[in-house]
Amino acid sequence: MTSFAVTKLVAAKDLRIELRSRVLINQVLPFAAITMVLFAFALDQDDLLVRVAPGLVWLATLFSMLVVVQRSFAVEAGDGALDALRVAGVPAQGIYFGKAAALAVQLLVLETLLFAAAFVLYSSRFDGAGVFLLITSALAASCGLGLVGTLYGGLTTGTKGRESLLPLLLLPVVAPVLIGATRATEAALGVGRISMQEGWAWVALLVTYALLFGIGGSIGFGPLVDDTA
Amino acid sequence: MSGPTSTRATRAIGIATIVGLIWFVAFGLFLSPDDAVQRKGVRILYIHVPSAWLAYLAFIVTAVSSAAYLWKRTRSLTWDRLAGASAEVGVLFMGITLLTGSLWGRVSWGVYWVWDSRVTTTAFLFVTYLGYLAVRGLGGSHEQRARRSAVVALLAVLEIPLVHFSVEWWRPLHQQESIAKGKLQNLMLFSLFVGVIVFTLLYVWLVMHRQRVLAMQDALDDRGLEFAIAERRQEASL
Repeated sequence: MTSFAVTKLVAAKDLRIELRSRVLINQVLPFAAITMVLFAFALDQDDLLVRVAPGLVWLATLFSMLVVVQRSFAVEAGDGALDALRVAGVPAQGIYFGKAAALAVQLLVLETLLFAAAFVLYSSRFDGAGVFLLITSALAASCGLGLVGTLYGGLTTGTKGRESLLPLLLLPVVAPVLIGATRATEAALGVGRISMQEGWAWVALLVTYALLFGIGGSIGFGPLVDDTA
Repeated sequence: MSGPTSTRATRAIGIATIVGLIWFVAFGLFLSPDDAVQRKGVRILYIHVPSAWLAYLAFIVTAVSSAAYLWKRTRSLTWDRLAGASAEVGVLFMGITLLTGSLWGRVSWGVYWVWDSRVTTTAFLFVTYLGYLAVRGLGGSHEQRARRSAVVALLAVLEIPLVHFSVEWWRPLHQQESIAKGKLQNLMLFSLFVGVIVFTLLYVWLVMHRQRVLAMQDALDDRGLEFAIAERRQEASL
């Protein structure tokens, strides 16, 4: 079986588990929504909320992502499913890209909700050209986050005590995504001092990030997960 | 492996480091003049710059050793232990860099922290390598530890330039380096130079010892069970 076929199967499997267990819908999305409400309580100023909405959306995405990543690997660690896949000779790259794709899809769902929340709660507004930039940057950022999240999720899965390590390892690595995606979103929403052109340049950074970690992850994921036992 | 971790080489480096430190203190605190603007504040730089240099050197050594471990032809746990020892010393000096840097910033710029790309990247490097050390402590066999931490060290090499670039792009304001501007006088530059040499010696000395301690720990782990069984047998035969 080719890596691409494995990728599709693993992604479909992860999304199917998610659809049936509804952890994202029942737990992560409400968590993200309440985070957005709490940000409003903390900042307590409508003008300021409009200005910082892009940053808050992406910050809420990162925090929620930690839960999604842990969930993504908890289902693998439960019955030694990941080890079974590897022992069965399934290529590590296929598993890596499959899980990353499923994670990226879940993050996109999450971001859609968060932008809707910003629209309703913070009065964020965007026009035609802005929407295109917003969607592209969300796609690029989700791919990058999915790839990096899967990589470090694989490392921290399994034995006890590793779960608490995930935020320490993952948050510094995803800082460029937070900066890039926030600036691109600011351009799309027309807040801050970022022009549309600069917004697209930040999207280029997000794409570069996803490519670099995609390559790094496809090489590093195998050695990282093969020793989780 | 048994006996102390010192050899003739480390003893020589150790003595040279102590002599160098005395020399460094003499230059840093007494022989070099006050700066016209920063006054005594400039003396913080004599610790700050060498420790920053050392921290970056330490992380380069960690990355190179990690790559050497992952490359099949040079695979040896010695590389892994060198990477670990170097990262530990690097984290220590990175902590000193951040502390002295923020103190110097308070004296010179009036604030402890600026969102300069160099400063921010340094802080990220510090946190990243704290994570690296945590990964080293995850347990498992020596080979598992080595492989896992080597991959994490190399991923950090991917991460740090991206962080640096994105922060620089985010906040393009730069604090000019004093040395680049030529503000430091000759004796001050010489004190800095002494600091770099002495700190490098200290780094080599610490890493050599730490690497040997790690090797002893690994040996103890390997033979610990054998020892325990032998001890129980001895108890039983008494």
